[in-house]
Amino acid sequence: MEQLLANPYVPPLILTAVIILVFPLIAGYIVLAERKVLADLQVRLGPMRVGPYGVLQPLADALKLMLKEDVIPSQSDKWIFWLAPVLSTFTALSAFAVLPLSDRFFVADVNIGILFILAMSSIGALGLILGGWSANSKYSLMGSLRAAAQMVSYEVPLGFATVTAIMCAGTLSMQGVIASQLERGVWGAFDNYGLMLIPTVLFIIAGTAETNRAPFDLPEAESELVAGFHTEYSGFRWALFFLAEYAAIVVISSLCVTLFFGGWLRPFPNVAALEMPLNTLFPAALFALIALGCSKGVFRQALAGFRLVMAALTGLFLLVGAAFALPVANELMIGLFWFAFKLAAMVYLFIWYRGTFPRFRYDQLMDVGWRWLIPISMFGLILNGVVQLFARG
Amino acid sequence: MAETTLAPPEVQAETLLDSNELVLNMGPQHPSTHGVLRVILKLDGETVLGTDCVIGYLHRGVEKIAENRTFQQFAPYVDRMDYVAAVSNGLGYCMAVEKLLDAEVPPRAQAVRVILTELNRIASHLLWLGTHALDIGAITPVFLCFREREEVLKIFENYCGARLTTHAFRIGGLQYETYDTFEKQCLDLCDLMEQKLKEYHDLLTGNRIWVRRTKGVGILNAADCKDYGVTGPLIRAAGIEWDLRKAQPYCGYENYDFDIPTAETGDTFDRYMVRMEEMVQSCRIIRQAVDALPEGPIKGKVGKVIKPPPGEAYVSIEAPKGELGYYIVSDGSLNPYRVRVRPPSFVNLGALDKMCRGSLVADVVAIIGTIDIVLGEVDR
Repeated sequence: MEQLLANPYVPPLILTAVIILVFPLIAGYIVLAERKVLADLQVRLGPMRVGPYGVLQPLADALKLMLKEDVIPSQSDKWIFWLAPVLSTFTALSAFAVLPLSDRFFVADVNIGILFILAMSSIGALGLILGGWSANSKYSLMGSLRAAAQMVSYEVPLGFATVTAIMCAGTLSMQGVIASQLERGVWGAFDNYGLMLIPTVLFIIAGTAETNRAPFDLPEAESELVAGFHTEYSGFRWALFFLAEYAAIVVISSLCVTLFFGGWLRPFPNVAALEMPLNTLFPAALFALIALGCSKGVFRQALAGFRLVMAALTGLFLLVGAAFALPVANELMIGLFWFAFKLAAMVYLFIWYRGTFPRFRYDQLMDVGWRWLIPISMFGLILNGVVQLFARG
Repeated sequence: MAETTLAPPEVQAETLLDSNELVLNMGPQHPSTHGVLRVILKLDGETVLGTDCVIGYLHRGVEKIAENRTFQQFAPYVDRMDYVAAVSNGLGYCMAVEKLLDAEVPPRAQAVRVILTELNRIASHLLWLGTHALDIGAITPVFLCFREREEVLKIFENYCGARLTTHAFRIGGLQYETYDTFEKQCLDLCDLMEQKLKEYHDLLTGNRIWVRRTKGVGILNAADCKDYGVTGPLIRAAGIEWDLRKAQPYCGYENYDFDIPTAETGDTFDRYMVRMEEMVQSCRIIRQAVDALPEGPIKGKVGKVIKPPPGEAYVSIEAPKGELGYYIVSDGSLNPYRVRVRPPSFVNLGALDKMCRGSLVADVVAIIGTIDIVLGEVDR
């Protein structure tokens, strides 16, 4: 066993398999979280029927989507129609290969990791474009045209913001960026006397556009283009597009967390006094709180089966919380915990946007991208470069 | 499905490659055409070159049905035209028949009618606001609006048992006396609305994306409004102070103190502000009407059998969407000889093409939303 794990190819392969198998489930639960958070913003309850408080909703959705009839429009370009969702999903999941989930969980630490992610997300856009084009429907076509224009426009400020962060860190490796933040003792977002906040904010805005999320969800603008590029898709193919979208959100959020918010590092990694409260107390207390919330459900649910599910969840979260008190388990999980925690905060931000903002119009989107984001991002790059050259040791 | 025959390659190449306009069929099944409106868009890229409205998918021949019903029997049918503002429809119809009969409506009934129609105006505007915001991509306001609309519907439900198609009024007055907590509920609703309108303003009015999506979009100036016969919030947003409640007061509107909100440019943002302000004014009217609610009978002297003398009557009221007119011809029998409705939605929809030309696809849904149409009324 140990011999097997020592083989340099085996742990990454195991992790890859785990990511591919587990991510669809995680994406399903991000969708559920989105629906629940939106419901909370919109004075309603969200899914409540499948399982207690709707916790089994993602499974039901997945089952439904898999059992649906596989429709390929007769007038479509069948091969491309088939290829497009596969391409989108494949590229989005490929980007996971270089994500530093923690100090020990990552598939590969490539020295051009950031470049690889940007390349993969660009190719992912091709999936949307092909999907919209091949369906031979006008709504799809307009959706994919918008997707193409949007991707081209917003990749530029996204690139500039990334370059600024790379310049600050001095490396293209994802783990290297985190290491440099540890070394400098400050998150990328607050480096260079706070001037790095400019690329941080720009990265979040451009990242939202890059993932086609509200208020930049023009390619699938529901009230205008019915469903945009995936109008003609249904069932499992549609689910693949959906999976790709959520994978892209996770990837872009991860990139943001890694570049600007210290990746898997805990806040203030250089202050030794905070080691205990942040690395042990905080996660344990957080999971205990979640367990407490779940335990309420044990008493409130009427069905015995639902009570059992809530009891199981309570036990699970208590167990996870308790594990953080064990030094061995803590060391294994703490990086993953902080990474997931920051990632969740980013995803929450995306959901919050969606609940708050109206949608941009096509020309306004271009206007914001070219007239504002690109000049500001270039300015941020130059400013940070100058500061780094003269003011930083 | 039959195989579609394609044109020969050379024709295909010509039609596919030259830069003809794209014809996009929007509706009748589309998320934001508010029912079954079908708009055929001629597009150059995303720019709208022209629109063509196809209506009639919801045509039920309401006006023809009237000819085979007695005057009372037809009254519930009018609720099904603008089902979002059923009370206003009922008011207009009852007033038209009362004019034919030359019947007197007691003051208490008048005041209750005013309260209910103003409540209905708030409900209608709330539905408009929610769906309009939804069209522009803000998905939250619709739930907030429905939450407040629910309070209005509760009052209707308590008053007459129905929530949507209320059939609240009868020819000559009211069917039911108000219930015990009617006044209190109305005043509570006014308080609630004033509080919640602030919430909507916080969410939308100050939002830069919202302002950019609505300012300068779908401009219809005063002259165009007159040309197209457009009424209601659309003409008021263009700067013309035209409100039938002031211009030719009915139901005792002359006794209430309220303003007609107007704006200057007549774009989507102005119409939004006008309607928001109208809700405030409706609350003002409701407060005054509740405070001065007279005692007395609720129904005038109208016989069980309604048989108006031969003649004709036209009555128009200020419905939430504009001027709602009823033209009724009586031949002295139990049934109306002819009923013709002037629906505000239908007339206002006529200006769609004018407002859409030169704008973008995304604006079309914003403009359909801002006209505030109800297809039940457009098609009848």
